[in-house]
Amino acid sequence: MAENKNRWKIQAAATLLTNAHLTGFFTGRIYRGKFKAVCVPGLNCYSCPGAVGSCPIGSLQAVIGSSKFKFSYYIVGILILFGVLLGRLVCGFLCPFGWFQELLHKIPSKKLSTQRLHALTWLKYGILLVFVIVLPLVVVDEVGMGDPWFCKWLCPAGVLEGALPLALVDEGIRSALGWLFTWKSCLLIGVITLSVFFYRPFCKWLCPLGAFYALFNKVSFYRYSVDHDRCSQCGACSKVCKMDVAVYRTPNHTECIRCGDCIRACPHEAIRKSITLKGEGSL
Amino acid sequence: MLRKNRRSTFILLIAASMIAAGVFRGEVQTVLAKAVNLCLECVGIG
Repeated sequence: MAENKNRWKIQAAATLLTNAHLTGFFTGRIYRGKFKAVCVPGLNCYSCPGAVGSCPIGSLQAVIGSSKFKFSYYIVGILILFGVLLGRLVCGFLCPFGWFQELLHKIPSKKLSTQRLHALTWLKYGILLVFVIVLPLVVVDEVGMGDPWFCKWLCPAGVLEGALPLALVDEGIRSALGWLFTWKSCLLIGVITLSVFFYRPFCKWLCPLGAFYALFNKVSFYRYSVDHDRCSQCGACSKVCKMDVAVYRTPNHTECIRCGDCIRACPHEAIRKSITLKGEGSL
Repeated sequence: MLRKNRRSTFILLIAASMIAAGVFRGEVQTVLAKAVNLCLECVGIG
């Protein structure tokens, strides 16, 4: 009842806009235009035949792992920009892979709580640091280039959005897929299975992009606030929060993806969202 | 609230400066070159 019935429309629109090169799904060719120089906000593989922009995590590794640069002002700047404007609203509304997990969670089955697995939420920060930054920077070949470790070894989106649609229509790619594809497919199957029972397991535990945006939830222009004069600390917000946030205590918690379920669940209308551009007013 | 917004605005300006610095350094070409070609690692070819 507290669920936002319209959020899926924004998620669908964002997924479609991110993958607007629809002919690619039939021709098996990825988009090669100039828009690919710009990153999309969510996790979306740039080898998806529909992708019209770049994956921010893939791009970050590409620049860090290049022989020319060892840090990317451009990509980190774009990530900070999205982060400070929206925080993890990106996860809740604009990320295609996040939406994919939500759809899987709608499959009728027993739903399990992740509250006791809270320690696993720290994993994603380790993945961001080790697989996205340190390994591509440090483990380099003779010309100074590093692999995109996260994309290569951990990212299930590459298989779902890139390998599978391309392999369906391209015999050459189909025949080139080997053990690495098998390993990543197992990861994807694992994420799909977990998503049916747990809410957004990849976002909670593994996603380095979510980890980056999480750092900005407290300082983003888009934020939540609790009116403590109205709040009775009844815990109705915490009960509906699938990201395990005690909203009445920490409305801008790092795990909050701004789905808004808590706002609708609050019987006292104590939780507010705002895009605060000035000191006192809000939009 | 005002203090928080000053901090956010400062971070926003840093982000804009970093993007400009990255464009000036030519990072965009590296991103584009990677993105317009099939990422073999991403799709699991190697």
